Amino acid sequence: MPLFRLLARRAVFGLILVFVVSSGAVLLTRVAPGSVVADLVASGASQETIARERARLGLDRPLLEQYVTWLSHAVRLDFGESLMFGRPVGELVRQRAANTALLAVAALAFATLVGIPLGVVSGSRRRGVVPAIIRAASLVCLSLPPLITSLVFVFIAARTGWFPIGGMTSIEAASPGWFSWLRDVAWHLPIPAFALALPLAAVLERLQSQATGETLGEPYMLATIARGVPRSRLVWRDGFKASIRPVASIYGLFVGGLLSGSFVVEIVTSWPGLGRLMFDALRARDLYLVAGCATVGSIFLAAGGLLSDVALAFADPRMRGEDRS
Amino acid sequence: MRRTGLILMAVVVGLAAAAPLLSPHDPGRTYDNYLHAPPTRLHLRDADGRWDRPFFHPLRLADRLESRYEEDSSRKVHLTWFSRGVLVAEEDERVGLWLPLGADSFGRDLLARILYGARVSLGVALLAVLGSLLIGMAVGGAAGYFGGALDEVLMRLAEFVVVLPTVYLVLTLRAVLPLVLAPAQIFALMVGIFMLVGWPYVARGVRGIVAVERHRDYAEAARAAGAGRARILFRHLLPATLGHLGIQATLLLPAFILAEATLSFVGVGFSDPTPTWGTMLHDAANVSTLAQFPWMLAPAVGIFTVVLAVNLVVQGSGRVPVSTAGR
Repeated sequence: MPLFRLLARRAVFGLILVFVVSSGAVLLTRVAPGSVVADLVASGASQETIARERARLGLDRPLLEQYVTWLSHAVRLDFGESLMFGRPVGELVRQRAANTALLAVAALAFATLVGIPLGVVSGSRRRGVVPAIIRAASLVCLSLPPLITSLVFVFIAARTGWFPIGGMTSIEAASPGWFSWLRDVAWHLPIPAFALALPLAAVLERLQSQATGETLGEPYMLATIARGVPRSRLVWRDGFKASIRPVASIYGLFVGGLLSGSFVVEIVTSWPGLGRLMFDALRARDLYLVAGCATVGSIFLAAGGLLSDVALAFADPRMRGEDRS
Repeated sequence: MRRTGLILMAVVVGLAAAAPLLSPHDPGRTYDNYLHAPPTRLHLRDADGRWDRPFFHPLRLADRLESRYEEDSSRKVHLTWFSRGVLVAEEDERVGLWLPLGADSFGRDLLARILYGARVSLGVALLAVLGSLLIGMAVGGAAGYFGGALDEVLMRLAEFVVVLPTVYLVLTLRAVLPLVLAPAQIFALMVGIFMLVGWPYVARGVRGIVAVERHRDYAEAARAAGAGRARILFRHLLPATLGHLGIQATLLLPAFILAEATLSFVGVGFSDPTPTWGTMLHDAANVSTLAQFPWMLAPAVGIFTVVLAVNLVVQGSGRVPVSTAGR
């Protein structure tokens, strides 16, 4: 069964990815100049205290030994303790990863809901004012990376006061209850999510537009018109079904783009996500925290690739190894 | 559309090259009375409604704490052409400064900084693109020509790098290296890191083309004529990859410009006195700065223009430009 084999291969690649990325993170951070005890040294602590701290953190042991110890704990899902926060890495990373996932999913949903229908409209009509406007807007949005969109949106938010300028929750909105918390988060979400979604929506629009145009040009579509099928049904049902496949295949690539994009957006809008955490950890040489973030990030990547393949299999019978014709 | 993109690109490169000629002021010079000064408004008619050559009213500091300025409409400063070796500048700098895009938090001319910054930002990106192409050609050519285990190892490696999110890869590589360096060292370091990240995109395509082309008749003919391996590879096979190299160059360029901007923006790239689009955005990133002095976002226009130019070229050649999304 080809689908199963494909997914198995994907899963193995994913496992290797997670292993290599997390190991690379540990080794790179360890050999980097500077260390997390630098603050201690600077504060003038005694040699003895520094040595004790280094021993506690495992920094006095040789690189290989430290790595093996980390790995043997990591496979049991114990990622050690953050040197910077003094809390378990697993706990920190889980929370931040959830925040990043929320941001990414919101952005992806928005990009899909806006980009795909617009792509069908602009792809099904060659001429006309509306498709031309969509195409131009899409090309502009495509050229606005999240770094710029997030800065511009924060500027707009600061000027108008319509949305909060950063963070995920307000300090003053401390009223208890998960409902008010949810409302608070929902109020903070639009700015970072739109900033992340705008270029993605443009990509989806362009791809869907091209795919729709190509599909409608197929001879069997002409045959369908000849049979008297109304044009709207032709575009939105038959054309849409056939053209979704090339678009679905791009979703797997989006996970990497979403992670990259969300990093900048998190920094600009102070969204407490994984990217920010990893960046802070890198700068502080917080070895285990960097490794924990890298591990979760690579799990996201691997899972994204796997999900995209499954989605593709549903959209394209050939991937399932069935022959329906 | 393709031509528009190419022209736009040429204009940006031309502006960067002509920076010394076009900048009214030195990009590093700080003017203490012009901190966060807004873009200068030019007038063609004076208060009495008479036409005049382009002039502006000098700014007077109204509130130093809030960086508020007022136009001193009793005085006029005219623009002059081709004085002090500059295309256009104010007549007398002591009376009033002409700041077409305003000033930054140190009172430096933003136009001058954008133009000089373009040299650094574009310079890093162009060199890195060149390096990526060279490494990608060498690796892809070797993998495609020799095949076997070498091919397998090199291409798995390339695939791996391509899968990883670029920003994180670049960020991690940069962050584990010493953070405080001289500008020239940072320049070299960034080019090096970007090359490491960029070559796999080139190599994968080159490998595919070379692997197919080497079985073509013309390659066999060259071999039959006694050409050596290196000669076949360089003279006969690699020229077939030129189209692919062109595509990759257009895709990598905006990605590298953004990577520089991102690194400098978060504070691990170039640092302040060096003007680059990234360090300038870093200066603008503060929320209160952003809200009060939006002209600080001017370098974003530079980045947007370059990416737009590339997207126009890509779109014009009938492909869907997806590479820069989300970066």
